[in-house]
Amino acid sequence: MAYLMSLDPMALFRSMPGAFAQGMVWGLMALGVYITYRLLDFADLTVDGSFATGGAVAVMLIRGGMNPWPALIFAFAAGMASGFITGFLHTALGIPGILASILTQISLYSINLNIMGCSNQAVSVDKYPLVVSLRYLSDSPSTKTKIYITCILFCIAVVAILYWYFGTEQGHAIRATGCNPQMARAQGINTNFHTVIALMISNGLVGLSGGLYAQYQGAADVNMGRGAIVIGLAAVIIGEVLFGKLYAGKKFTFAYTLFAVIGGAIIYYIVMNIVLWLKLPSDDLKLFSAIVVAIFLAIPYLKATHKGKEK
Amino acid sequence: MAEMLKIDNIRKTFNPGTINEKVALDGVNLSLEEGDFVTVIGGNGAGKSTTLNAVAGVWPVDSGKIYIGGDDVTRLSEYKRAKYLGRVFQDPMTGTATTMSIEENMAIAGRRGDRRGLSWGITKKERDTYRELLATLNLGLEDRLSSKVGLLSGGQRQAITLLMSAIKKPKLLLLDEHTAALDPKTAAKVLEISDRIIAEHHLTAMMVTHNMKDAIAHGNRLIMMHEGKVILNIAGEEKKKLTVEDLLHQFEKVSGEEFASDKALLS
Repeated sequence: MAYLMSLDPMALFRSMPGAFAQGMVWGLMALGVYITYRLLDFADLTVDGSFATGGAVAVMLIRGGMNPWPALIFAFAAGMASGFITGFLHTALGIPGILASILTQISLYSINLNIMGCSNQAVSVDKYPLVVSLRYLSDSPSTKTKIYITCILFCIAVVAILYWYFGTEQGHAIRATGCNPQMARAQGINTNFHTVIALMISNGLVGLSGGLYAQYQGAADVNMGRGAIVIGLAAVIIGEVLFGKLYAGKKFTFAYTLFAVIGGAIIYYIVMNIVLWLKLPSDDLKLFSAIVVAIFLAIPYLKATHKGKEK
Repeated sequence: MAEMLKIDNIRKTFNPGTINEKVALDGVNLSLEEGDFVTVIGGNGAGKSTTLNAVAGVWPVDSGKIYIGGDDVTRLSEYKRAKYLGRVFQDPMTGTATTMSIEENMAIAGRRGDRRGLSWGITKKERDTYRELLATLNLGLEDRLSSKVGLLSGGQRQAITLLMSAIKKPKLLLLDEHTAALDPKTAAKVLEISDRIIAEHHLTAMMVTHNMKDAIAHGNRLIMMHEGKVILNIAGEEKKKLTVEDLLHQFEKVSGEEFASDKALLS
């Protein structure tokens, strides 16, 4: 009873704007995970490293005097470079995909430390005109509106670009490569090239998201990407499971799917905030995330085997 | 008549130097003129599909040369060789991308051998063309352009793969037991479509089959393979007069064994 009394509904309410903003920023990363995990059928663990790389690059450039907007372009480019390394290890050197991505992820840890010079670098919203910041949520209604509009426009722009890109000849080639590499090669598609391109675009988005998130929390940290892949997968799967039925068979399904992934990331953060609000120990958050992802990954499989038994 | 395919003494050994070593191709020679349609028969492990895979460049051969339309393709990787080839596989899952729509699959085939850039992956004009092409199949697929291929039956997929293989006229069409996974009625229908497409586009084709009747009824030439070699090469009038009994007899004579495949006898 005392426990229930100690829960403040208003505190939960107050945490929601943060969950939405955070969810949208991480949603961009989740789109990167969607590209590799769903379109390319490649379990790419590079993201845990490239997320922090994007954050490190953006923060160091902003501290060096660069405007936060172009700094994001460099964060995107740094992410693409990480994706290229994984792609190179996999396609040119024949290292299995998941292992290639782990190698890149581990090496990025050292690279990120080198970029930052230490494990953590702050970028203060008081000193720099940051694109997004946690502080904007509490400062005034106008900054609050600004951060929402910024996040929403970012999401719409990225979804629009991805929708266009995966409708082009090159986008089709990437999707064919992921779906059926044998068919792709028989139709003259260079599967190695398109695997690398997809990994670069995916990790570019992850780097961009890292650059935004570092600004949002006011610092880049060498550990900020730890577990990012799990959050990305959670967003992809939650989005598909919860929203999938709404747009099945409609026009522009692909665009809806991308928005659903961002929606999945937002829901993930809402759930996480509820968990924190319930005063569950924050040390257990990652365990909790992993369990949530495991459950959502298992649902389609269990459903399928259950149906199989009925027949 | 120009020579469309020349296979010059190709050899391939899988897993060399291990206990699983297998000489799959032991000096295969074959020459096809433009418009030739050759059926390829032989027992299990004779090297029929392996020969097709060698031509398609799935892996490099150990020695020998392969020319398609006069070009030496021996060193070309599989995706680069694709511009010369149309391919249909035994497994209906192999020839199409299941998570993509019918029209997207066809558009991918329509760009075989082209550079894939940032223009739209499919145009309005192409869509109309594909609708007309699909209508020729009489499978009702012309109204389902945006359906995912994964929703279709094996026969429908093989029919679409056949269309795809001819959207860009290939110098050589490779049919690798493409009816073996289908029920007899569907198989007959797919064979009929194959014949029609080959005739319409005047294609040069190789068709591997387990079914001797089909091998005799289709095409103008027939080869039999055994232990990685072409052991029988029949063309013209001689092919027209061929019977299943002749083939079995020939096979026993050349190989000195009973034809072990029940499938071949029964079909």
